[in-house]
Amino acid sequence: MMNEPYGPRPGKILNPTRIMVYGVLIVAAIYYLLPLYIMITTSMKGLPEIRMGNIFALPVEVTFAPWAKAWDSACTGLYCEGLKTGFWNSVLITIPSVIVSIAIASVNGYALSNWKFKGSEVFFTILIFGSFIPFQVMLYPLVIVTRELGIFGSLWGIIFIHTIFGMPILTLLFRNYFASLPEELFKAARVDGAGFWGIFFKIMVPMSVPIFVVAVILQITGIWNDFLFGVVFAGTENFPMTVQLNNIVNSKQGVTEYNVNMAATILTGAVPLIVYFLSGKYFVRGIAAGAVKG
Amino acid sequence: MATDARPNTLFRNLNAKLAALPMILCTMLIFVGCSLWTIIYSFTSSKALPVEKFVGFAQYERLFNTSRWVQSVENIMIYGIVALIFSFVVGFILAAFLDQKIRFENTFRTIFLYPFALSFIVTGVVWQWILDPSLGLQETMRNLGWENFTFDLISGKDTVIYALLMAGLWQGTGFVMVLMLAGLRGIDDDIWKAVRIEGIPKWKTYIVVVIPMMRGVLITTLVIVSAGIVKLYDLVVALTNGGPGLSSEVPAKYVYDFMFSRANIGQGLAASTVMLATVFIILIPWIYLEYGNKGKK
Repeated sequence: MMNEPYGPRPGKILNPTRIMVYGVLIVAAIYYLLPLYIMITTSMKGLPEIRMGNIFALPVEVTFAPWAKAWDSACTGLYCEGLKTGFWNSVLITIPSVIVSIAIASVNGYALSNWKFKGSEVFFTILIFGSFIPFQVMLYPLVIVTRELGIFGSLWGIIFIHTIFGMPILTLLFRNYFASLPEELFKAARVDGAGFWGIFFKIMVPMSVPIFVVAVILQITGIWNDFLFGVVFAGTENFPMTVQLNNIVNSKQGVTEYNVNMAATILTGAVPLIVYFLSGKYFVRGIAAGAVKG
Repeated sequence: MATDARPNTLFRNLNAKLAALPMILCTMLIFVGCSLWTIIYSFTSSKALPVEKFVGFAQYERLFNTSRWVQSVENIMIYGIVALIFSFVVGFILAAFLDQKIRFENTFRTIFLYPFALSFIVTGVVWQWILDPSLGLQETMRNLGWENFTFDLISGKDTVIYALLMAGLWQGTGFVMVLMLAGLRGIDDDIWKAVRIEGIPKWKTYIVVVIPMMRGVLITTLVIVSAGIVKLYDLVVALTNGGPGLSSEVPAKYVYDFMFSRANIGQGLAASTVMLATVFIILIPWIYLEYGNKGKK
């Protein structure tokens, strides 16, 4: 990219435009970070301290009791078991959904990029347009479909749903990536007699580790953050963490414990946040992939 | 795979077809089939269960005579217009600033984008607390000395939509910024050199040269963000639950409530068909872009 000198002449460190640029960026950064700061500090305060009414203040006495309560005994209106069941439900939903959806979509993408057949592009176009259809449109028919399949209100039901709705973006991701690999490799393997699955497992998959990482990140954050499908398809005993968080915070009974609410919020946001901070560029690549035309 | 006898075209490439079967089923049965089912049954008088009693446009008439729906549509339109303008302007400015070969670019980008990794539920709950009139930001500012500081968006009927906007934009602007930044990076350095030689000021270059060149990215972003706005649901549930009164109801919530809480499936289906139609209208510029490009090639 930067093969030649470019931009304002270096040396003058404090030119007014630079100060303005940095100023705006820093102000924006503070605005973006404030909610995270407020979340963390509130979760470590006692209720009396919160009632003093300064959300910016650092906790005087740091306490982790709200965290313990959020995890173990916060009430959702019906039960007082905290978020831990929701957390494990989310784990049980996310892991198989990520694996199944990526397994299916990667093979789809492979078939679409290397083994085009009559009509394959048509289906792909419908699939991409399908990703724009509001979920609400398909919600009720899918209830009927999953009920007929006998998986409504179960873990398998929600895994099925996540596999379907992950398919457009993941297929796009894999198709474009496989299409970018050198075609000679594919041809050479065919000459050597490798078949559909042989080429996929021996050549494509080993060469595509980065795109699998991108897909995993995309799916973990997406599925973990889902609310609507969890409410409708998972069944009460499998409610994911987002649903439980909403039930804890918005159940209007007793004293509102803001510190417990904030601790519960951090706990719910922790998995995608950790994935995000650890993965950096891969996350960006995943979300940008949706915007790059197929 | 292929045998010596001339293979039937249906079985040529059989493995690939089998492998693509989930996708084919998904598109035809789910995306096309379920959408058609919804459209067809939105013309029936289905209540607690879907029935095949067709009543023409009765559900739609009722829908647009229901004040809650009218309010929901109004709300999502205000939300959509403000959110689009704001996220595009701010997202573009942040991206343009990040593109000035500044230090800590990665740090800034990470900060602007992290809310996008969080769910709408988490976003809604956090902002519910920040905007809480009795102990949140308003009370804090009053206690810090601004006695008349008023920032009570959540409990006002006319202002609650701005509470949704604050939260929604905090979550989503980083996404727009990242796409814009990708668009800016796609612009050839030679263009910048040329305008520097011509002596055109930088801000003018952005407006006159760069933005028109980013047409593709802009339209794609517009379509993705708008299609996302139409299905706005989780944020409303977590932040306001539609209240106070009906003042922050949105179409997606109307659909859910009528289908699953009020046992009025016909209404829910009609409402979701209207949402589908809206998305199709939004998709037109994108189709046009795709189609237009293919024409040029």
